[in-house]
Amino acid sequence: MNVLLENVDLFLNGFGNTIKLFLISGVLCLILGVILAMMRVSPVPVFRAFGTVYVTVVRNTPLTLVFFFFAFAFPLLEIIDRNDYDFFIAAVIALTLYTAAFVCEVVRSGINTVAVGQIEASRALGLTFGQLLSSVVLPQATRSVVPPMVSTMVALLKNTTIAAGFSVAEAGAIRDSLSEDGYNVMTGLLWVAFFFVVLVVPLTLLQRSLEKRWSVAR
Amino acid sequence: MSASALFDLPGPKARMRYRIYAVVGAALIVGAIAYVIYRFIDAGQFDAQVWEWIQYEQIQTDLLTALGRTLTAFAAAAVLSLIFGAIFAAGRLSDHAIFRVPSMVIVELFRAIPAVILMFIFHYGIQLGDPFNSVVAALTLYNGSVLAEVFRAGILSLPRGQSEAAYAVGMRKTQVMMLVLLPQALRAMLPAIISQLVVVLKDTALGFLITYEELLYYARLLGGVAQFGRPLIPLTIVVAAMYIVMCLLLSWLANYLSKRERKSKKHIEPEGKGPVGEDTTFAGAPAGATL
Repeated sequence: MNVLLENVDLFLNGFGNTIKLFLISGVLCLILGVILAMMRVSPVPVFRAFGTVYVTVVRNTPLTLVFFFFAFAFPLLEIIDRNDYDFFIAAVIALTLYTAAFVCEVVRSGINTVAVGQIEASRALGLTFGQLLSSVVLPQATRSVVPPMVSTMVALLKNTTIAAGFSVAEAGAIRDSLSEDGYNVMTGLLWVAFFFVVLVVPLTLLQRSLEKRWSVAR
Repeated sequence: MSASALFDLPGPKARMRYRIYAVVGAALIVGAIAYVIYRFIDAGQFDAQVWEWIQYEQIQTDLLTALGRTLTAFAAAAVLSLIFGAIFAAGRLSDHAIFRVPSMVIVELFRAIPAVILMFIFHYGIQLGDPFNSVVAALTLYNGSVLAEVFRAGILSLPRGQSEAAYAVGMRKTQVMMLVLLPQALRAMLPAIISQLVVVLKDTALGFLITYEELLYYARLLGGVAQFGRPLIPLTIVVAAMYIVMCLLLSWLANYLSKRERKSKKHIEPEGKGPVGEDTTFAGAPAGATL
């Protein structure tokens, strides 16, 4: 208990950064993921091919490697001024690019659950592809998309801990500071694990209940 | 639903429009890639010097050794998490609350703790010594818990007639599980299981964070050698290619097995979806839909 009480600032700061990282990259990867999903079902073959290649490559690359690239290798390319380059931004980019591939797949399989009749009817009414997706398909797909999307977000939340290995002061990095100050690392780590359980379990329960309540509809 | 249901066959006007989109889109994508390649060349990352290391026999051997370490950790964690998953799936399905409740708590607990934190706990907290042990232990607990849910969902998705018939011919609980339910569930869940193994393979890279000497660790080491011009980017490309090929092979296996399973005479259509494990997506996306 002492380890926690004497380092309240450290824990608050760490989990604050974790949640910041989670929220920022969560929003960004949702946007990018939906765009990718639209590309993957679009009538233009070039976009479809790009979406497919992106998803295949990114899903089969370890997230640690993506982090590795953006933390160590990317600055060497000097696309962004090296002095402005921040590990937090690197972490956001890595998490966004990685998770977007999974968001894309969730959205795409959601689109596949929409009844064909709905789509044919909208086409018969003369809606354009953009209108069809935004006002008919995606709103209906939401039902089957949200529960797996919550799981994807849970995974994103847990994945933020990898940033600790790349100089971002978030929850995973609490251990570093504790061991520097000579505290018992084990107790600190168990507290970190406990807080993750506290953050993740409500989300998992939400996902289960959504899955149960919403899956009946169709 | 096939993707083509989303749009009509293009007429002459739409074909023209699609062509324009395609050209503009391709130009944008090619432009972006060309810019990155230009930056690579500009930063000297495609110079002969930074690729020189690949010719050294010693480095090739070391790279293969590092790959071997990655694969060893993967193999150990994969086997152990399959065993862990089977045991705890059986525990969660047990009729006795004594087994059911603790299994449920353990499975839920280890799925909620990030694998990195588990690795830190084993490596810096419990101090298992060799980072290999911590990597395998952490991956086993995390992926084993996910697999337990996959197995359970597989068993629950079987038609009830299967177990009822087995009880009717006088089998005991263990026999029903071992001889009737598990073999069928394993068949049905094979793609999902392999997808999870892809996750195990990818997660071995987390060992980098606790200095397990796998591929990434070696890439970092070699990437700092001034003699070769600090070839971090070439190394990242090579290592990424290795991971992608290995994972694609596994994903391809999953796809192949699920196709073969669907064609097989022994195929049983599962009764709706069982309570699906959080990280696992079924039929629709067999290949590594997990994070």
